[in-house]
Amino acid sequence: MAEVTYEDVTCCYPGSDTPSVAGLSLDVPDGEFMVLVGPSGSGKTTALRLLAGLEELTDGRIEIDGRDVSGVDARDRDIAMVFQNYALYPNKTVAENIGFALKMQGVDRAEREQRVREAASMLGLEELLNRKPRQLSGGQRQRVAMGRAIVRRPKAFLMDEPLSNLDAKLRVQTRVQIAELQRRLGTTTVYVTHDQGEAMTLGSRVAVLKDGTLQQCAPPRELYDDPVNAFVAGFIGLPQMNLIRLGLEDGHVRLGEERLEVPREIASDAADRGAKEIIVGIRPEHVTVADSAGGEGIAGEVLLVESLGADSYVHASLAGSDTSFVARTEGYDSREPGTNVRLRIDPSRIYGFDADTEERLGAGERSRSGSGAPSEHR
Amino acid sequence: MATVAATATRRRPRRRRGPGLRARLSSVAWATLAWFAGIVFFFPVLWMVITSFKPEAAAYTSNPKFDFSPTLSEYKQVFSAGMGPFLANSAIATVLSVLLVLALATPAAYALSLRPVGKWRDALFFFISTKMLPVVAAIVPIYLAVREVDMLDSIPTLIILYTAMNLPIAVWMMRSFFLEVPGEILEAARMDGADLRHELTEVVLPVVAPGLAATALICAIFAWNEFFFAVNLTSIRAATMPVFLVGFVSSEGLFWAKLAAAATIASVPVLIAGWVAQRQLVRGLSMGAIK
Repeated sequence: MAEVTYEDVTCCYPGSDTPSVAGLSLDVPDGEFMVLVGPSGSGKTTALRLLAGLEELTDGRIEIDGRDVSGVDARDRDIAMVFQNYALYPNKTVAENIGFALKMQGVDRAEREQRVREAASMLGLEELLNRKPRQLSGGQRQRVAMGRAIVRRPKAFLMDEPLSNLDAKLRVQTRVQIAELQRRLGTTTVYVTHDQGEAMTLGSRVAVLKDGTLQQCAPPRELYDDPVNAFVAGFIGLPQMNLIRLGLEDGHVRLGEERLEVPREIASDAADRGAKEIIVGIRPEHVTVADSAGGEGIAGEVLLVESLGADSYVHASLAGSDTSFVARTEGYDSREPGTNVRLRIDPSRIYGFDADTEERLGAGERSRSGSGAPSEHR
Repeated sequence: MATVAATATRRRPRRRRGPGLRARLSSVAWATLAWFAGIVFFFPVLWMVITSFKPEAAAYTSNPKFDFSPTLSEYKQVFSAGMGPFLANSAIATVLSVLLVLALATPAAYALSLRPVGKWRDALFFFISTKMLPVVAAIVPIYLAVREVDMLDSIPTLIILYTAMNLPIAVWMMRSFFLEVPGEILEAARMDGADLRHELTEVVLPVVAPGLAATALICAIFAWNEFFFAVNLTSIRAATMPVFLVGFVSSEGLFWAKLAAAATIASVPVLIAGWVAQRQLVRGLSMGAIK
């Protein structure tokens, strides 16, 4: 178990002008479950592979347990990795796959078999030890890959989208198992995923990356309530936050046919920057949908209703504009496309972002952070 | 009521729609073509085996004969003609040259695929360019060089030449098999602490074993059937089976039945090797065809 540190890490592949990872600085304390999340091409996998020693740093340094490992080969870093496609050795049995690293370390046969049995027991693989990978299901292979990592008792676990090849139900089950296992073992874990739902449920802290740069690193709740920019606000949360570019006049924005007052701190910050236009953000759960006969609210027309059982997502266009909104309603929503509705927004729940830099407006005056370490961001 | 209920619940099984008539005819046509091609290619071999069981007088007739009294007399004569040493020479030259080829081609292919060295494309082209020179053009300097080092009519000469002859093909084949090894399992092996030796022996070679078998078999076939070097560089001590076969084409005449018997015997080791390794051969040659 160890602390992991990225210090101003940059990685630029040969022949490329744009770095895959640019100036990444991140601390992962001992025992923490850190999730790196971002869209494709955000540099999260490269960051993980740099930590693993499978890619070369262009600049910066990486430390594991206080030791600079920037120039150290992958086999000498004492970390274990679970690959996206499991990377099991096809000609070895489950037991041989799990025990391979111990064999390379020169661990004697008796101890090796004992530790393999222990790891297999933790993951429910006892009956499968003599099978080959081709005889296993996707979930079983994933567990063997996990077993191969935990049997080594490494300083850190690295996981590169280990659930992406599983079906939805198995993904949820395995996610819980991974979280429980990490809690039980207490090993520092760096986990990469593109699924923000996975990130929010697994990580004790989540680092959001975009185009190789760290946007924000904070506990999940803080990312959700207190995003530092429009990218984080739009990436975290399902369904995605409604983000609309609107003109700002006298502390008000025009949404459809209605004039809406933005929170004072947003208006004040925008005024300080001389901004005539801002990006307004509203979470779908902060929009209520009422029948048109209700009177108050922004006039709109239902485009589509997605019913998911416990919740429904109502997609509506706003009268008098090209803008569409997503609202989350409880239970089954039976409204048909074409239905006229009224959308009501709680003004205190409005987020504002600079239209040019996409930075959060009014964040300094209204911080909702309260979960420990302050956000790290650039 | 019960009868109505029974009728209502009894359903006719739905007739499954198989491939249409056009698809079936197409399938039959392709199968017929495949059989025809197989028979056309196999027929000379079949005729050779049939001829080997004919008496010499019946072996060559202006109208080919299918009815005859089979005999083993020609086989007896071939065995008593001193075939043993030729068979042994072929076996030694083939086996040792194949082992040498695999020992050299494996690290070469590794360096040209999984851990590519600088200018690997040039190296690869160099390998295959050596096959572009017809051996006829090189036989004189090779003969002179072998004579200079006093290695004419010796098996080591054949082993060296067969190794050089098969190495480019083996490197190309092995490289393509190595490229099929998923990069992630190599990375996993590295992270598990495997050094280069263990990476090769524990991870890579078991995965490419079918390709290794296919490469070995093809090199063995080429070495076993090689005639030009053998007939020019050997005479008494190191002559191989192809040279022995040519002995039945003499100024006294062409002994078809004996030649067929000797050729059948010469084919047997390669056929056995191919039969034993057929699964690996198919897997190895089709590796990479389907992702």
